[in-house]
Amino acid sequence: MSANIYIHEFRTRLKSVIIWSLSLTFLLVFYFSLFPVFADQAALMNEFLARYPQQLRAAFGMDNMDMSTVLGFYSFIFLFVQLCLAIQASNYGFGLVSIEESELTADFLLSKPVSRAQVLTSKLLAALTSLTITNLVVWVSSFAAISLFRGEHEYEPGTLILLLLSIVIFQLFFLSVGLVISLLVKRVRSVTPYALGLGFGAYVLSAFSGIFKDVKLELITPFKHIDPAYIVLHGAYDTPLVLLNAAVTLVALAVSYWLYIRRDIPAVS
Amino acid sequence: MSVIEVTNLTKYYGKSRGIVDVSFSEEEGEIFGFIGPNGAGKTTTIRLLLSLIHPTSGSAKVFGKDVTTHGPEIRRDIGYLPSDVFYYEGMKVVDLLKYSASFYGKDCTQRMHELSEIMELEMNRRISDLSYGNKKKVGIVQGLLHSPKLLFLDEPTAGLDPLMQRKVFDLFRAENARGVTIFFSSHILGEVQRLCTRVGIIREGKIVEISNIRTLQQNNYKKVNVTASGLDPATFEMPGVTNIQAENGTLHFFFKGDINAMLKKLSSLKLSDVTIEEPTLEEIFMHYYE
Repeated sequence: MSANIYIHEFRTRLKSVIIWSLSLTFLLVFYFSLFPVFADQAALMNEFLARYPQQLRAAFGMDNMDMSTVLGFYSFIFLFVQLCLAIQASNYGFGLVSIEESELTADFLLSKPVSRAQVLTSKLLAALTSLTITNLVVWVSSFAAISLFRGEHEYEPGTLILLLLSIVIFQLFFLSVGLVISLLVKRVRSVTPYALGLGFGAYVLSAFSGIFKDVKLELITPFKHIDPAYIVLHGAYDTPLVLLNAAVTLVALAVSYWLYIRRDIPAVS
Repeated sequence: MSVIEVTNLTKYYGKSRGIVDVSFSEEEGEIFGFIGPNGAGKTTTIRLLLSLIHPTSGSAKVFGKDVTTHGPEIRRDIGYLPSDVFYYEGMKVVDLLKYSASFYGKDCTQRMHELSEIMELEMNRRISDLSYGNKKKVGIVQGLLHSPKLLFLDEPTAGLDPLMQRKVFDLFRAENARGVTIFFSSHILGEVQRLCTRVGIIREGKIVEISNIRTLQQNNYKKVNVTASGLDPATFEMPGVTNIQAENGTLHFFFKGDINAMLKKLSSLKLSDVTIEEPTLEEIFMHYYE
């Protein structure tokens, strides 16, 4: 690790981290402020939802959710938090080394007396720090939103903590998968389309996997590896899927190091 | 001691050629000129030596160490000025230079300010506001601030005005006088002629000639200009004469061979003017490209 690269990397992402964190806080607090209305009209709400086709409810992951409970409602919002976190983490993953190449600053950095492994480790740790800040903000605003708006309704804090603990696994997945894809393709010209593609793609796959129950799509999408409805329902992770998720992350990281150390840095053309 | 030692270095980008079978060496304290047209492989060679890219075959050593295995160690004593400079756009010049210096684990502040003064660099401007020439100046300061032992200059004067070019050359000469070895890549021969002691000429990825700049000029061709009325180009059709061109009653040609034979031939004619000169590197260069 090189402290100077770490600090430099962290600084360049600071603005983005603040924007993501504020947006997520807003999303959590705003949507959870609607909870009292849902909870008061619970019977009506569940009846209303039941009228939608089962497939549609499954597509939004609502088939296993009880919107009248604190965590049932929270898990519905958490799905969108996950989507945002997925896009943010993919964005950092795709951009981690490709931005230096598309903006042609890679020559500057890599002609310095540092090894490629050092560069990648410093960059990864800086990105992870940025993601952790967002993660912590989600923790704080989740607890804040729930205690502000839950009223008389009780909930199981252990399950909430379990949900929130899954964020780091989730972020690491998108960070490392984004990184490895950016190293597998020849050149990433613009990071955003890739990041949106990976984030939304995984989400859509998970929605499909809800509709077609027999298709084993849950094996490939982290939205199913860490399914908020499942965690709330069972008060536990789907351990094999979480392990699969972690395994993909580790492989992606290992392959990234292997590729980056051997990579030919493209010149100006 | 050889500072750079390149042996049969080859680089292919997929199927397209970078360089093929390039071998040369550069001694300590030397200024080695590396000349060739665009796309000949000059930049590829430098990027290989900095291990920004990896060789397909062959090997390269800098300071006696292999570039692929000892990259970080080697780069501690290298300064690199790329032909096109790109830096973090949002940063201020001074912050970029400090970031650059932070990699070398020593205090470079004094040298940094010295160099910026010489280059008339405005330290508080943003990189994104700089013109190409000004970015180039940042590049030069950035490449020199840690007092490297070996400098890679890839077309260093492109984008600089003539006054600044001269300053930059003085700077490079001063560095060289302190014992810094310089690897100077350029397609502008005048530059190379002014600065370098030895040159390598690269063409289509292959080294076509490595020689002392003097021997390249002396042992080669003489450029002869003859003016006389009613000259017939056929008069000079003798061994060693090439490239005869007639222009306004003057004949220009290159001659390589026994100069006495040429003088004898010339004295047999009635001339109004004659010059025999050493060709510029440019002209020798064109010869290699034919």
